[in-house]
Amino acid sequence: MVRNKSKWDLKNSVVLMRILIGWHFLFEGIVKLYNPDWTSFGYLASAQGPLKPMFLALTNDAIISTVDMLNVGALIFVGITLILGVFEKLGAFVGIGLLALYYLTHPPFPWLTQLNVEGSYWFVNKNLIELAACLVIYQFPTGNYFGLGRIFNKNKQLNKIEEL
Amino acid sequence: MKWTRRDMLKGLGSLPIVGGIWWAGASSSIVSSKERSELLEQLNIQPSLPPALPIIGGAAIRVGIIGFGIRGEQLCRSLGFATKEWLQNMEKAKEENTNHTALRDFLNQEKLNVQLVAVCDIFDIRAEKVINSFSSDNIKVKRFKTHQEMIRSGNVDAVIIATPDHWHAPMAIDALENGVHAYVEKPMTHTIEETYKLKEVAEKSDAYLMIGHQHRQTLSFKTAQDVVAKGTLGHVSVIQTNTNRNDDNGAWNYHIHEKANDQTIDWDLFLGSAPKIPFNKEHFFRWRKWWAYGSGLSGDLLTHDYDRLNCVLNMGIPNSIMASGGIYTHIDGRNVPDVLQVNMEFPNFSTGSSQKKGKEKGMTFIYSATLGNGFNRPTLLMGHDATMELGNKLTVWPDGRSTKYADMMASKKMHPRTPIFQYDPSSNLPDAISSATSQYFADKGLMWTYINGARIDSTFLHLREWLNGIRNGGDLSCGIKEGFDEAITAHMTGLSYKLGRKIEWNSSDQIIKPIDGVNFDEVLLSNK
Repeated sequence: MVRNKSKWDLKNSVVLMRILIGWHFLFEGIVKLYNPDWTSFGYLASAQGPLKPMFLALTNDAIISTVDMLNVGALIFVGITLILGVFEKLGAFVGIGLLALYYLTHPPFPWLTQLNVEGSYWFVNKNLIELAACLVIYQFPTGNYFGLGRIFNKNKQLNKIEEL
Repeated sequence: MKWTRRDMLKGLGSLPIVGGIWWAGASSSIVSSKERSELLEQLNIQPSLPPALPIIGGAAIRVGIIGFGIRGEQLCRSLGFATKEWLQNMEKAKEENTNHTALRDFLNQEKLNVQLVAVCDIFDIRAEKVINSFSSDNIKVKRFKTHQEMIRSGNVDAVIIATPDHWHAPMAIDALENGVHAYVEKPMTHTIEETYKLKEVAEKSDAYLMIGHQHRQTLSFKTAQDVVAKGTLGHVSVIQTNTNRNDDNGAWNYHIHEKANDQTIDWDLFLGSAPKIPFNKEHFFRWRKWWAYGSGLSGDLLTHDYDRLNCVLNMGIPNSIMASGGIYTHIDGRNVPDVLQVNMEFPNFSTGSSQKKGKEKGMTFIYSATLGNGFNRPTLLMGHDATMELGNKLTVWPDGRSTKYADMMASKKMHPRTPIFQYDPSSNLPDAISSATSQYFADKGLMWTYINGARIDSTFLHLREWLNGIRNGGDLSCGIKEGFDEAITAHMTGLSYKLGRKIEWNSSDQIIKPIDGVNFDEVLLSNK
């Protein structure tokens, strides 16, 4: 079929997007993992918006190190699953959760002072866009086409159907 | 099951990406944190921790407050006593803005082992406010007409003096001579003569004298001492400090109470040694604007900046002072300047040198003040090797032409625009500071400090140190020596401004060099 002939189709675009987002998550996680001084304290303590009290509560001495650890762990998990294309639905799901939290910690609402932002935003910022992209990855898994899924979930028939 | 070559490529193709990112992230993190720790190791600056003070045990220390104006009320709060009105107002403020932490900070403040038992205020309304707010079932706050009566009553162990400047020394001297401990607001004295008298009395007395420069408790200043001691800055040749305020409150035009009149205020007692004039509400509530009771920028605000640096550098009294200025922003009948520029010379002072021996020595301390502009000019200590910005935060930038850091600059491990040390004990804690004047003080580290991320009122710590000395002994961080340096420097500045000439200090005789035909104290007190 002509359509099948090494044409750059939607599937390839989603794979590219999946790897780029995974790349972003993994690097953020690794940089934090190897920096002993990193903490989310400042980011959470300066939180704004409707969920401010919740984020402030997370800065509590007793739990901040757990919060940091969970954040780093989740970032790396999302990064690896999306790049490798394995458990990617779960990865995308966790990614959506993380991005929603980041978005809500410092929401780009016009009535709030924007702290440490590199662009101009009005309700929509890059976190929200990346979140939407994760939603696409969640609904359109590609690990069985490009990724470890292709090896682990080897189901010739399914692959065949997919490739047709 | 069978995998084709195509399956393997598409299945494992992204594994190297994971490896690459992992390596890149880890190595960049490790390299930058290694460079940072190398730098910190070389600088070897120890961020200070709060001193652990023993418990103030035994019977409660009985304190009397003399002067319950704006500052007196703040001091009482730091001591643990807030008026009912203040508590209500803060409750309201909190309802309007959940960021408002004043009430919470007050309630969280450690309780000191003190009783507020006596008040001395010549304005009936204020004295009654103290009695009504702070009397309990066990302790009725007693009002005394004069400080002498309070000090001799046997009711108080210690007094807090928050009066106009011309009453500071007479009250402190009287307290110390009678074995009553004293906490006196800055400037310590109003004249040169009483500065020496108070010094003599304080050195003889067993009672503890503390001067109200609460910023000595600010942790960033203690860290700054270490930064300087380690030779991080090299030879500091210029210090610049500033006052920038642009509001009525900052220019001492305080609220005049509607119930103030010659019946509710003991006017003669207010005047004391000051020239006799008819009752004047403006003079009573806004006394900082006249030399007869206050000392303007030199005594009121320069003293803070001078003592902040004296606390870090311990440079003592300058060899000479030249000051000039005028009344340019608030022409409202005041006679103290509202714009003032002061140059203090310390020709023999050095913070150490990284260069050839004998090349560097001496420093100028510049104080520049205006009450007509609120731009926040930072306090800077400018050394050959680095510049330090001093406030509640502390930042050190290396100098592009530093001798000490030349190698680090060449190898790009340091850059003049990138700080090599930053100390921010507040770590992004959100603040809700309302008034411009309190923001001015907060930026300078004069209002509070941060201990383990919690905001602590530095006046509370200063009072606690004083009470701890009273009960447990030991030295105070701002006693008569520091107060003497501060008072003489303020008076030399006032003299220079008023006489329009250089005022010099004779350090071997510990006197201001006399000028023929000039009586320094007369000049200081004159309303000109």
